[in-house]
Amino acid sequence: MATRTLLYDRHVALGGRMVEFAGWMLPVQYPPGPNAEHQQVRQAAGLFDIDHMGQVVVSGPDALTFLNRVMTADVSRFGIGTAHYSLMCYADGGVVDDTFIYRLDANRYFVAVNASNNAKDTHWLNYHRQAQERVVIENVSESTYMLSLQGPRAQDILAPLVDAALDRLKFHRAVETWLLTSPRVRVLIGRTGYTGEDGFELFFPTENAGLVWDTLMEAGRPFDLAPIGLAARDSLRFEPCMPLYGQEISATIDPLQAGLGFGCALDKEHFIGRDALLKVQLEGPHRQLVGFEMLQGGVARHGYPIVIDGAVQGEVTSGMYSPTLDKMLGLAYIPSQYAAIAEEIGVQIRDSVKPARTIAKPFYQPSYRKSIAQRSRHAELPK
Amino acid sequence: MKVDPECRYSKTHEWVRVEGDEAVAGISDYAQHELSDIVYVEAPEIGDSFAKGEVFCVVESVKTATDSYMPIGGEILAINEELEDSPELVNKDPYGDGWFIRFAVEDPEEVDKLMTAADYERYIERLQKEGEH
Repeated sequence: MATRTLLYDRHVALGGRMVEFAGWMLPVQYPPGPNAEHQQVRQAAGLFDIDHMGQVVVSGPDALTFLNRVMTADVSRFGIGTAHYSLMCYADGGVVDDTFIYRLDANRYFVAVNASNNAKDTHWLNYHRQAQERVVIENVSESTYMLSLQGPRAQDILAPLVDAALDRLKFHRAVETWLLTSPRVRVLIGRTGYTGEDGFELFFPTENAGLVWDTLMEAGRPFDLAPIGLAARDSLRFEPCMPLYGQEISATIDPLQAGLGFGCALDKEHFIGRDALLKVQLEGPHRQLVGFEMLQGGVARHGYPIVIDGAVQGEVTSGMYSPTLDKMLGLAYIPSQYAAIAEEIGVQIRDSVKPARTIAKPFYQPSYRKSIAQRSRHAELPK
Repeated sequence: MKVDPECRYSKTHEWVRVEGDEAVAGISDYAQHELSDIVYVEAPEIGDSFAKGEVFCVVESVKTATDSYMPIGGEILAINEELEDSPELVNKDPYGDGWFIRFAVEDPEEVDKLMTAADYERYIERLQKEGEH
């Protein structure tokens, strides 16, 4: 029996269609439907119940040494109050999970993990903790509630409700503060998310789930805030080509194939999987994740074969209608020798092969990246 | 859920509206609602013939691909070309602008075996009740 989040009744009352996902009952959509919800987040704001996500607190004098060994990112470079994308790899380079690490204090880190990998990750972390290491690994998923508020109006909605200057909280920074609800609620807020929009993720004690949800929904009313289901969550992460575990990354796909080299500090002395990844870097990945556009319609779904020159050469990892671009798009692994040159590829959909054309990733330039790009362009202007 | 009184219905939620020797078919309001946002309709070719119960269209919604079955046998005379650019017409107007095909009816007696609008209404009421349990 799938677990209901504490907001289950609210989702049902809002007309949410409840489905099972990673052992949880969650809304796949609300009455406006996935495409309208998607646009709502791109243009205004959306609120996501993502309590299914897992959280692990890693603390103690050896927390850094420990995390730096299991994480691909260089944790020693993380400042207090910053959030970073990082993967955990197996020794062969395959991915255990992709995570967000928030450094809370000198010796305290908060790791957000995928729902489907929550138990596996905790086991993996405990397994790799060495006996003499002074590290406490605590899975706090049950006591921690997670909501995500995303979209260009997210700051307008949240700022008045927080005892901190949110407008000064930069992208991928985090702050432990109070929500000015009644009563006040202790909260960790990260300027993070997985939609390609500006936004925040909130972590707070589970018992406040209803209070925080209701307060945000009420405060969001003048800003067109809408609750968002899993279907739109998927299309929102897909357009900026953010990977989904089990599709773009898995135990048999390494981060370099997936184009996630930015999350792997290969210059670190050691981490689990480094040797394998160095070899991949040296030899070049044998397959690569490419983006493509369907030329004559059809929806390329996860697992559909990619056909090049009449032979099956790869597989679709994610594919769907892109509401922002109004196109049928997809991501697929194909052998590296084709990745560079293949422009025309075929996607086998049921019993026919439909034409597609490889296109640049990401399909949608995240809004925070746009503003960074604008800033750097301005900086380059001649004086 | 809307039901068009002019149409006959199949258990797999296709409707058919007979106009002389020809008929128009699509999917019901209940079907479009269950499928949610429709993003693509894979239509047959003009001139294709299908027996009753054969797959004549595949409807791609955000989450899944679903077959549509020929409610009665016939030969395709026209497809709704508007759906290529605007598949959402199926969601907005399933019995009107969201039609799928126009076809030549092979055997008019097959129509009588389909549900009337009243029968279909009762049928979906029953499905909805079952869905709640």
